[in-house]
Amino acid sequence: MAGNDKPKTTGSDAARQYMDIYAQCRDMIHSHSCDVMNAPRDAAYDDFCRQGLPTRKVERYKYTDMAPLFAPDYGLNLNRLEIPVDPYEAFRCDVPNLSTSLYFVVNDAFYTKLQPKGHLPEGVIIGSLAEEAAKKPHLIGKYYARIAKTDGDAITALNTMMAQDGLLVYVPKGTKVDRTVQVINILRSDVDLMANRRVLIIVEPEAEIKLLFCDHAVDDRKFLTTQVIEAYVGDNAGLDLYCLEETHAKNTRVSNLYIEQQANSRVNHNIITLHNGVTRNKTDLAFCGEGAECNLCGCVIADKQQHVDNNTLIDHRVPHCTSNELYKYVLDGHATGAFAGRVLVRHGAQKTVSQETNQNLCATKEARMYTQPMLEIYADDVKCAHGSTVGQLNDAAMFYMQQRGIPVKEAKLLLEFAFINEVIDQMQLAPLRDRLHYLVEKRFRGELNKCEGCNLCK
Amino acid sequence: MDSTTNKQNEFVRQVAEQKYEYGFTTDVHTEIIEKGLNEDVVRLISQKKGEPQWMLDFRLKAFKRWQGMTQPAWAHVHLPEIDYQAISYYADPMAGRKSDKKEIDPELMKTFDKLGIPLEERLALSGVAVDAIMDSVSVKTTFKEELAKKGIIFCSIGDAIKMHPELVREYLGTVVPSSDNFFAALNSAVFSDGSFVYIPKGVRCPMELSSYFRINARNTGQFERTLIVADDDSYVSYLEGCTAPMRDENQLHAAIVEIVVKDRAEVKYSTVQNWYPGDEQGRGGVLNLVTKRGDLRGEGSKLSWTQVETGSAVTWKYPSCILRGDNSVAEFYSVAVTNNYQEADTGTKMIHLGRNTKSTIISKGISAGKSQNSYRGLVRVAPAAEGARNYSSCDSLLLGSDCGAHTFPYMDIHNDTAVIEHEATTSKISEDQLFYCNQRGIPTEQAVGLIVNGYAKEVLNKLPMEFAVEAQKLLSVSLEGTVG
Repeated sequence: MAGNDKPKTTGSDAARQYMDIYAQCRDMIHSHSCDVMNAPRDAAYDDFCRQGLPTRKVERYKYTDMAPLFAPDYGLNLNRLEIPVDPYEAFRCDVPNLSTSLYFVVNDAFYTKLQPKGHLPEGVIIGSLAEEAAKKPHLIGKYYARIAKTDGDAITALNTMMAQDGLLVYVPKGTKVDRTVQVINILRSDVDLMANRRVLIIVEPEAEIKLLFCDHAVDDRKFLTTQVIEAYVGDNAGLDLYCLEETHAKNTRVSNLYIEQQANSRVNHNIITLHNGVTRNKTDLAFCGEGAECNLCGCVIADKQQHVDNNTLIDHRVPHCTSNELYKYVLDGHATGAFAGRVLVRHGAQKTVSQETNQNLCATKEARMYTQPMLEIYADDVKCAHGSTVGQLNDAAMFYMQQRGIPVKEAKLLLEFAFINEVIDQMQLAPLRDRLHYLVEKRFRGELNKCEGCNLCK
Repeated sequence: MDSTTNKQNEFVRQVAEQKYEYGFTTDVHTEIIEKGLNEDVVRLISQKKGEPQWMLDFRLKAFKRWQGMTQPAWAHVHLPEIDYQAISYYADPMAGRKSDKKEIDPELMKTFDKLGIPLEERLALSGVAVDAIMDSVSVKTTFKEELAKKGIIFCSIGDAIKMHPELVREYLGTVVPSSDNFFAALNSAVFSDGSFVYIPKGVRCPMELSSYFRINARNTGQFERTLIVADDDSYVSYLEGCTAPMRDENQLHAAIVEIVVKDRAEVKYSTVQNWYPGDEQGRGGVLNLVTKRGDLRGEGSKLSWTQVETGSAVTWKYPSCILRGDNSVAEFYSVAVTNNYQEADTGTKMIHLGRNTKSTIISKGISAGKSQNSYRGLVRVAPAAEGARNYSSCDSLLLGSDCGAHTFPYMDIHNDTAVIEHEATTSKISEDQLFYCNQRGIPTEQAVGLIVNGYAKEVLNKLPMEFAVEAQKLLSVSLEGTVG
């Protein structure tokens, strides 16, 4: 509880400033949000005070030290002042042939002024989480902060404590959204800014939706984003969630994604980091109904001082579920990559099939790769495997191409391109796949220095 | 398929009901010091062993460090609360016979005979030199004189501290410093006996050297310390075995093994660990908390760890290699079998520091009953370790639906020329394989044994002949009626 009875605190000064902000601005935070989001706030504050910011001694934060990332004094838009931006002017998505329903989230606020012309099927809601939760407290209250537990992760606690708005995606029972929904998260500010974004995705039984989240920063400022995404996927439902990050070196992104899958549901999640500063993505996926399947993929292309840490947990709670994981990293310059993937097969979760693969290319001596593929298995009738490699491009393949007149540089690009393409080819959306092939190629050629669709940078 | 399942269940039941063969106690007069741990106890141990001042200082420094440490909790085991004040840190079954060491209590002789450890040299046809250690004291070291002719020093560490202080002082604590971890600090403070081996330059040890550890006395812990130094161009194969009586309470075993491998030398270290695993209800058993590490200091040096882990209630053990010398080669082969309520968290660390270093990790876990079996390994390639190569393979086999098999590999790669591969699989015995065997007239029970044996063979084949037989026997005892 904020105020007089301050619980015993742990953690660094970096953590303390957030505790103090909450204690001092509690009423302001509450008044600019909704009841559903306010309900777990105080408990989240207590949990955050108890845990402090995670240190590297916390197993799941072993490879990314949070304290220095949260230490700078960022601005916070707690009063929900409107930031002047016309995202349609600022951003033009030029994914060819990809006709998407395009929405914008500016920092942590859903942009309501202009909505796409294309109609969504009846009952589907894409909108501001705070506004929709105020309208439908019973529906949203049932889901909000249920799987994103604040007692086990300090970043989730911090986000729950501070987040005032975000995005709601709701697909009612039996509804299929054919058109891909694209959400552009724009970071826009004239001062260094921290945004706490909250996303709630509810896909009811037999429903289907494809989501593409693109993260962009349009100002040359330091940004710190915490994001918590909760996705509930009902019986026989399908969710494709693609996340693409194209920000800049001053950007820090800490994203926690929680997915709960019911029986016979399908989830395809693909996370692509093309440009960033420090990125930490945590994915917790739980199978709660039999016959469900998930594909988690990720690719990272990092150079300079970039840092990308993907941490996943797939929790097989019930029998007959299938999980596949494929993460690939190409590290250049002084970049640091980390992948820690844990597959947990609980007692009784028989007939589980799980495959986890992590492959990495280190191109320079200074690049660092940490990899930790883990299996924790309490059931005997399972087929689980993981594989991990760190290495260089195949000499024989390089030689073969040079022999046929392809210059070394080009041969190297071709091989790196092919290496990453295995992840991109997992995408179900053909136009997006093509677009990503193009972006990745540009990225490898060093031509993709800024976000591709951003007019401000051009 | 129902009958197959029943037979498999029968097999698992048999495995679970396996009795521990070495659980007897020896009735011999043993001098045990008061329970508890404080500076005076450390001084008393040092005094009882007649150690020089530098050794006492080493112990006291370690004890001080230990006092400031907390017991690690990160392993995937349920380590029961250990009351370090309820354990006696020194038990001497040789007490009162110090005047003539050659005369061993016939009871002790009988014990080692029963364990199959030859202490009588004339009877020792196997050609293995043995250092037999019961509780805190080395009972006998065989073939000492013969080995000395080649300049090889093989004796208890207590004797080595007295007779070769310069060697011990040079190497002790340089591979596993006393500040390394909680149990290493504890061992450094209170270690009792263990073996010391020094192989001089260019000498190939003519016989297998072996240590046999036995805990006998009640409410004592065993804290042995082994130090092996292989000088340039030398070779030694070293074997280690261990057993303990059946007792209802847990017994603590916190050992340190340090190995120094110099230029072009080769050390092969094999362990068959068969401490008392506790009964089928999970009562009692040895808590095996061991730090083993080899430092491959020399250019072109080689160290191979082979371990067969079948005993102990809790195993916490990561035989590691520091590949410091250029072109050094390290290997780790492990079979870990857990049953009933046993818990094992074992694996290795390969720290690549030199250029063109190579390491191989082959780990096979077999879980039965309600046991938990974890592989935990680290492969680290330092920025200067050009051309490092590692291959790791960790397979787990599950026999029964109540056990667990886990894999926690860590890879920290700081060099772009490194080639690192890791793969792991977890599964039960495939129905296809069983069906294939059944089809050819092999009963399910035998087929399971056959498959398990084949599964572990890759590691068992790496054991020296003398030990391979024992390991095969052990595995067949653990998986009765199916192997061999």
